[in-house]
Amino acid sequence: MSILYSFIAVLGLAGIAWLGKLAGLEYLFGVVFPYMAFAIFLGGFVYRVTKWAKSPVPFRIPTTCGQEYSLPWIKQSKLDCPATKWQVVGRMALEVVTFRSLFRNKRAEIYEGPNLAYGSTKWLWLFGLMFHYSFLVIVLRHMRLFTINVPGFVSAIEAGDGFLQVGVPPMYITNLVFMGALLFLFLRRVTMPQIRYFSLAADYFPLFLIMGIGTTGILMRYALRVDVVTIKQLASGWTTFSPVMGKIGTIFFIHLFLVCSLLVYFPFSKLMHMGGVFLSPTRNLANNSRMVRHINPWNDPSIKAHSYAAYEDEFREFMKEGGIPVEKE
Amino acid sequence: MYDKGKIIPGLIIFLGLFTFPLWYNAGNAGNPPKPEKPAGYQKCVRPVEYMRTSHMVLLNQWRDEVIRGDEREMIMIDGKPYPKKLQAGCMGCHADKKKFCDRCHTYASVKPYCWDCHFPPKEKM
Repeated sequence: MSILYSFIAVLGLAGIAWLGKLAGLEYLFGVVFPYMAFAIFLGGFVYRVTKWAKSPVPFRIPTTCGQEYSLPWIKQSKLDCPATKWQVVGRMALEVVTFRSLFRNKRAEIYEGPNLAYGSTKWLWLFGLMFHYSFLVIVLRHMRLFTINVPGFVSAIEAGDGFLQVGVPPMYITNLVFMGALLFLFLRRVTMPQIRYFSLAADYFPLFLIMGIGTTGILMRYALRVDVVTIKQLASGWTTFSPVMGKIGTIFFIHLFLVCSLLVYFPFSKLMHMGGVFLSPTRNLANNSRMVRHINPWNDPSIKAHSYAAYEDEFREFMKEGGIPVEKE
Repeated sequence: MYDKGKIIPGLIIFLGLFTFPLWYNAGNAGNPPKPEKPAGYQKCVRPVEYMRTSHMVLLNQWRDEVIRGDEREMIMIDGKPYPKKLQAGCMGCHADKKKFCDRCHTYASVKPYCWDCHFPPKEKM
C-alpha cells in the first residue's frame, strides 16, 4: 500500500505540473515555486540543524568498533575507536566520503541445526555509493545552466561523464548508474521480506520522487527535447533575481516541479541525513570518557542532592498511611 | 545551542555551497545568445523549433547514413536539394561557425565533437 500511495503521490505531483503548464501558469511553476522551494530548503535545513544543536549531548556515546586507547603496548584502533579530535576527523571523513559504516553491513542467516551465520554483504554499500556520487555529479553538471562563465570543473566533469560519446546529445555515464542504483535500492526494499516489512511510505516516496526526476531529466535530454538556451536564460535569471520566462516544453516544468517537491520535502524527511551525518553523536564524539571529565550541561547547581533517607523523613507519615514499607520507624 | 563553534561555520559552508551560482554569477545574468542567421535565406531543412532543440539529432542521423550507410543522396525540401553534409550542407548557408554555432554552444557550455573530424572553417579576421 505504501508503495502504491507513494507512486500515486509522485504521479500526482507530475500531473500538477502538467496541468499548471496547460493552464498557462509558467511563471508560477517556473519562477515562484522554485524560489519558494529553495527558500524552504535552505531555511528548513538550517532550522533542523539548529534544532539538533540545541539538544545537549552530556555523555560520550560513540559506537566503538575496535580497541580503545589503552596501555601503550596495546594497539589502538584509531579510526574505529577514536580518542582525539583528529582521529574523529579521520573517522568522520571516511564515513561521509566512503560510507564506511555501511561497508560493515552484515547479513544474518539461520541454517539447519539451527546455526546462525553472519556474512558480509556489500551490495547496499556499493549501490548506495554509486547513487550518491552519481547524484553529486549530476547536480554539479547542472551548474552549467546556472553559471554564466561556466567554471572549469563543471565542464571537466561533464566531459568526463560523456566521454563514451554514445549518441547525440552524448549519453552520460551517471545517468545510467543513477537510474540503475535507484532501481537496486527500490528492488532491495520490495524483494527482501525483512526490509519490505519495515519500509514505509517515507522510504518509497523519496525513491519514486528521485526516480521521477531522473526519468523526466533523461526524457528531456534524449526524447522530448527542449530548448537549452531558453532554460539557461531562466536558470541564470534565478541567480540574479531577474528570471526571464521563455517558451519551454512541458517536460521541463514536470522535471522542475518534482525537483521543487524534493527541495521542500528534504528538510522534513529522512533525506536530512545529509546534515545529520555530521551531527551523529555516535560517530562524531571521541571516546575519551576515561581521560576527560564530561559534566552534564543541564546540571543546576542550586538543586541539592536529596537522599532517600531525607525523602523518607519528609514523607514517612504519608508512606505509612499508604502502606508503603519504610526503613526507619 | 551547543557547539556553536562547529555548527555555525558548518551551516555557513552549507549555505555557501548551495548558493554557489548566486555569488559566482554576482548579478551577471549574461546576455542570451543571438546566432546570426544567414542573410537571404528564408528556410532551413527543418522548422526553427525543431532545429533549436534537435539539430544535433539530425546531424547525427546524417552522419550515420552517410558514413555508415553510404546513403549520400541529396534531400529535397520544398523542391530544393540539400547535401547531407555539415560543411557543404549546413555551412553552405550558415557559413560562420563563430557567429552561428559557437554563440549558443558557448552560452550553454556545449562542446560538440563535430570538429574532432571536420576542420572548422578559417575565419577572416
